[in-house]
Amino acid sequence: MEPKSTPCCSSAPDGGAAPCSCSGPATVPGEIRTTDSVITSANRLDHFLARWGVNRMGHRVEPGLYRLGNPTPESPVFASANYTLSFDALRSALTGVDAYILVLDTKGINVWCAAGKGTFGTEELIRKIEATRLSLVVTHRRIIVPQLGAPGISWMEVLRRSGFRVEFGPVRAADLPVYLDTHTATPAMRTVQFPLRDRIVLIPVELVQVIPWAVVATLVVGFFINWMTAAQVLTAVLAGTVLFPALLPYIPTKDFTTKGLVLGALVMLPFIWSGSTTGMSPSTLAGYAVTSLLVFPPVTAFLSLNFTGATTFTSRTGVRKEIFTYMRVMAGMFGVGIVLAAALFVIRLGVV
Amino acid sequence: MFDSYRKTTLELDTERCINCGICQTVCPHAVFAAGKKGVILAAPEACMECGACMKNCPVGAISVESGVGCAEAMIRQAITGSKTATCGCGGEGESSCCGGGANE
Repeated sequence: MEPKSTPCCSSAPDGGAAPCSCSGPATVPGEIRTTDSVITSANRLDHFLARWGVNRMGHRVEPGLYRLGNPTPESPVFASANYTLSFDALRSALTGVDAYILVLDTKGINVWCAAGKGTFGTEELIRKIEATRLSLVVTHRRIIVPQLGAPGISWMEVLRRSGFRVEFGPVRAADLPVYLDTHTATPAMRTVQFPLRDRIVLIPVELVQVIPWAVVATLVVGFFINWMTAAQVLTAVLAGTVLFPALLPYIPTKDFTTKGLVLGALVMLPFIWSGSTTGMSPSTLAGYAVTSLLVFPPVTAFLSLNFTGATTFTSRTGVRKEIFTYMRVMAGMFGVGIVLAAALFVIRLGVV
Repeated sequence: MFDSYRKTTLELDTERCINCGICQTVCPHAVFAAGKKGVILAAPEACMECGACMKNCPVGAISVESGVGCAEAMIRQAITGSKTATCGCGGEGESSCCGGGANE
C-alpha cells in the first residue's frame, strides 16, 4: 500500500532533522527519534512524582516514532502511549531488542484509560502510522499493540485503512521478552490482576486528592467540637484512602460500599473502646458508639466506592448499581448520625 | 446480597460467531472460552465492560455497553445531568479514576 504523501515536508528524509515549517502537529513527518532501555534516576523521580499526582497531566513523552537499539526494516513495531510510565515500561522491557516504538498522543494518559476514552484509538493509530510514514520505515505490515489498547483499537479498521495488521501483545510490557519468542501469550499474560503492589502504588494519588479536604475538616472539627472527634474524621478518611486499597480483597462482601462500611465500622471500634476506658457512663457510651458508627463509616464507604475508578475489574453496570443502592443509605446514616449526635449533646447540656 | 457486579450488559450472539477467537485474545478477564462451534461465555460475571471484544469482533457478534466504570465520574454525571460520564483524567487531572498506569 502506497503511503499518502503529506502536503508539506513530504521530502523530509527519514531520520533527518529537516527543518520543517508545517504548523500544527508536533510530529515532523518522517522524523525518527532515538530512545534506549535505560531507566535513569531522572525517570524514577518522574515516576515517583506521577504516582503522587504532581503535575498529573505533565508526564509526557513526545508522540511519534522512536528507534530502540539498531532496528532494521524487518524489526518489530510497538505502539505505546505518551505517558512516561507507559513508555518507560515498554522500552525497559525491551532491553536488548531492536525495534521501533510508535508513541500515540494520548495526552499523557496510560494505554488502558486512553483506550477507554478513545485517545489511544483507531483514528490516532492510523494518523500516527501515516504521519511517521511507517510504511516506508519498515517492510512488514505488523504493529504490536498492548492488549489493554484493544478497547480503543479496532484491528479491522486499522487493517482496512492503513494496511497494518494489529497484533495484540500481552497485558504487561514485562511479559514481552517471552511473548516475542513465539508471538503467543499464555492465558496468564492475557489477564489483568490487581495484586497488592498494584493497589499500593495507587494510594498516594488517592491520598493527595483528599488531604486538603481532610485537613480542613479535621481542624474545623477539632477546634469547634473536640480533638477526639477530629481524630475520628481523619481515621475515617485514611481508612477509605489508604487501608481500603491495601485490604480490598480481604474485606468481606463484594460491593465496594459495603466493604467500606465494614472497614469504616472496624476502625471506629478503638475509639469506642477508649471511650469505655475513660469512665463514660453506659448511656453516654452507647450514644457515642451509635453516633460514631452512623457518622463515620459512610465517609469511609464513599471513599471506597470512589476507588472503583482505579481498579482493574469493576464494570460500569455494577458501579451504577452500587450508586443507586447505597447513596441514599450512606447519606441517611450520616444525616441521622449527625442529628442524633446533636440531640445527645443538647440533652447532656440539659442534664448537666 | 451485597454483590452489584453479577450482571453486566455483555451479550454474545452465538449464531453470528465465526470462532475466530479475537475476543479471547483481547479480554483482560478471561470472560470468553473456546466452545464447540464458537466461543462461549465462560465467566460473564467477570466482565468489566471495557468493550475490547465488541470493538474487535469482525462479525459484530458481541454487544456491551462500555464506558467509564468510575463512581466519581458517574456521580458527577448524575449531579451535572450530562449524558455521558467522562472521567476527569482526560485533561483536568482532578479525578482519582485512571489511577492505574503501569499498564504497558
